[in-house]
Amino acid sequence: MLKKDLGLLILILVVGTVVALLNPRFVSQINVANTANLIGLFGLFAIGQGFVIITGGIDLSVGSIFALLGVIFIDMIGLWGVPWPVAFLLTILGGVMLGGLHAFLVTRMKMQPFVVTLCGLLIYRGLARWYTGDGTAGFEFGQSFPALEWLTMGRSPIPYWLPESWGGPGFFPMPNSFIAFIIVALIMGVVLHRSVYGRYLFAVGKNEEAARYSGINTRKVIAAAYLISGLLAGISTVYFAMYTRSISPASHGNFYELYAIAAAVLGGCSLRGGEGSVLGIVLGAVLLQVLQNLVNLLGIESSLNFAVMGGVILIGVIADQQLVKYRTRKANERKRALGHGALSPVAQQEK
Amino acid sequence: MGEPNQPFLELNAISKTYPGVVALNDVSLAVGRGEIVGLIGENGAGKSTLMKVLGGVIAPTSGTIKVDGREHAGLTVNDAIKSGIAFVHQELNLFDNLDVAGNVFIGREPLYGGPLKLLDRKKLHRQVQPLLDKLGVDFASDTLVADLSLAQRQLLEIAKALSLDARLVIMDEPTSSLTLSETERLLGVMNDLRADGVSIIFISHRLNEVKFCADRVVVLRDGRMVGGLDRTEARPEAMIRLMIGRDLKSLYIPPQAPPGAPALEIMDFRTTAFPNHPVSLTLRRGEILGLAGLVGAGRTELARAVFGIDRRLGGDLKIDGQAVGIGTPRDAIDRGLFLVPEDRKQSGLHLDFSLTENISLPDLVRYAPGMLISGAAEGKNAEAQKRRLNIKAFDVATVAGTLSGGNQQKIVLAKWLSMKPSIIIFDEPTRGIDVGAKSEIYQLMRNLADAGVAVLMISSDMEEVIGVSDRMAVMHEGAISGFLERDRFSEHNVLQLAVGKRLDREGHLN
Repeated sequence: MLKKDLGLLILILVVGTVVALLNPRFVSQINVANTANLIGLFGLFAIGQGFVIITGGIDLSVGSIFALLGVIFIDMIGLWGVPWPVAFLLTILGGVMLGGLHAFLVTRMKMQPFVVTLCGLLIYRGLARWYTGDGTAGFEFGQSFPALEWLTMGRSPIPYWLPESWGGPGFFPMPNSFIAFIIVALIMGVVLHRSVYGRYLFAVGKNEEAARYSGINTRKVIAAAYLISGLLAGISTVYFAMYTRSISPASHGNFYELYAIAAAVLGGCSLRGGEGSVLGIVLGAVLLQVLQNLVNLLGIESSLNFAVMGGVILIGVIADQQLVKYRTRKANERKRALGHGALSPVAQQEK
Repeated sequence: MGEPNQPFLELNAISKTYPGVVALNDVSLAVGRGEIVGLIGENGAGKSTLMKVLGGVIAPTSGTIKVDGREHAGLTVNDAIKSGIAFVHQELNLFDNLDVAGNVFIGREPLYGGPLKLLDRKKLHRQVQPLLDKLGVDFASDTLVADLSLAQRQLLEIAKALSLDARLVIMDEPTSSLTLSETERLLGVMNDLRADGVSIIFISHRLNEVKFCADRVVVLRDGRMVGGLDRTEARPEAMIRLMIGRDLKSLYIPPQAPPGAPALEIMDFRTTAFPNHPVSLTLRRGEILGLAGLVGAGRTELARAVFGIDRRLGGDLKIDGQAVGIGTPRDAIDRGLFLVPEDRKQSGLHLDFSLTENISLPDLVRYAPGMLISGAAEGKNAEAQKRRLNIKAFDVATVAGTLSGGNQQKIVLAKWLSMKPSIIIFDEPTRGIDVGAKSEIYQLMRNLADAGVAVLMISSDMEEVIGVSDRMAVMHEGAISGFLERDRFSEHNVLQLAVGKRLDREGHLN
């Protein structure tokens, strides 16, 4: 675990404790389960975003992908009678294809990721609104898909143990979305931190030229990050569609890419590329939802929601930078004492 | 204002020492008003250091600088500009997103009065036009710099210098990327400037141009001013004689066996940098072939194209007699053809990666049985390489960027030595490396060659290329101007070839 991740965990625990003291409902089973559900929903695609950010790119299109693929998904199972597993797979495939399109434009046409995915953001949402006639896609009254609903919005009982005075042992209704998120996070954590591809991803994000000199196919590595982001956006599409059960493309998923970017940045991803960890992104996603929850529970005007989020990210990043500076200074002092050359604070900050 | 018959610039006993290195040693130089002084010397002779002193970028350790009769103990950048010293750099310092006029008056743009500080574009162009007329340029003041040719950019740099009321213009290799007719025009402009009383210091490797335009030539060697030639004496042979002539320490480690079969054959290779100069050379097993030449002669470009970094425009490659298609570095690496690049920090290494992560990067799949990297396997190899190459680092988890240049270079070597090298291209293998690590790297290159590896060493360091190579190829402006066998190795021969002269059949220069 990196120092950065540890700091984030401590921050979450401190914020959590304060909120719990101010409003005990924060730790009620129902609130924890609801927050976990939201963490799962918003965390899933944040991991893909993190991969893209590690390449030095960005994916602004995910929120619009939720709208476009979402309305098609709802129509597939609600209107056209496509079996839901097939529709689920087709939606994931759609996400992968859109990711592939971004990858092509970024790596082959040499376009800037910001521009490519910004156009995606505009185009996909526009198409979704046009497709629904600027209306809403939803299920017929009484339509239900029990297996799919269990998979996405269902709960699995997880046994836990507490002393009798705290209510005793029992079962916690863990949202399946959160379980899916943890499974994906574990897989992607292994991919990023243990696999050859993960090492290549960092190598390319840190210094693309040196990676090329080491024989890495940098284009493939970058393209794969967009494919992964598209894949996870495809999975998330289904989760969000089943969460809202009806989609008005004009607002569905609006700004969600920013939640993902915020989670990744909070989690230690540098927008310059080459840095980040899956654990950090997971913790970033947790903190964001805790903050949202805090706004509700502490009776803060809900219109201040974004302001609180922005403020905390800003303070977090400033604190982190100051800490790095401080550590560099200490390290340099130690080095000087030993008679070694000092590191420049700039070079250190890049880390 | 000083006296008109006084020199405009007088350098008196300038020395500059860095810990362990004397960059400039007691250099004195006077430049008269309206005089063109050619300044020549090998790579690393101290020309750049001297120019940095004149620009006020670095302060000399001792000595005095007198500009226009005024003595400056420590010349600052501002002093230099105010006294009328201007530079036309080899790497142009222009903003190619701005137009010509915007570049000339960057930071000094004429403004409309008032608090908004709006740009007075009309006045800007009006002020620039006379300067352009004076130089007789063929572009307008509102042309984007991005649309100008290199020669036009050089002229623009000069216009910028003139706008600063330059009294001394220092030109660092201004013709290195110009065509013949462009060069002629530039030399014409220099003559006009001289007629206006502007002094010029002209640094160039093209000795014929120096001979053509300079009133006087001064020669730097190893940080010392070793002599001056006046107009009549300044023939290329005389200049070369002054540029060389130091005692080279013997670095040569003889090979254990004569070279073997051809390992790498480069046939009619054309790079994007020099599309009209096909290069052919053969590298044999067990030899160290030095590739000498002046900076910018196209050696790095050749290496990059052979290794598959850059696309080649034409030509073929053979490895061990077999034609191979190398389109990417991966193709080259898979065939045991490795490159130790010139720019260690940018291309050779990941400075933020540990020793282990750097060393295993080109061969990562080997350390990843079943898709996942085995930290133990790559760590073990890194440990072995660290011991073998004597890399001075606390442990293999140390971040590469914290190590010295020599140790960083050893990490680059460790990357390739962990694999099975068949051919290794070293591009400036010891640049910025301390003496101890240098000799270790030379010994290593010899050991590789003795083990049957074919070694191609690109080097601009005369001592190194003469001292280490078994055979030498010299490049000049994208083409190979000659090969030298060891018995014909001399600074004189290398330099002659490097400036474009050819050798006759007996190996004599003509």
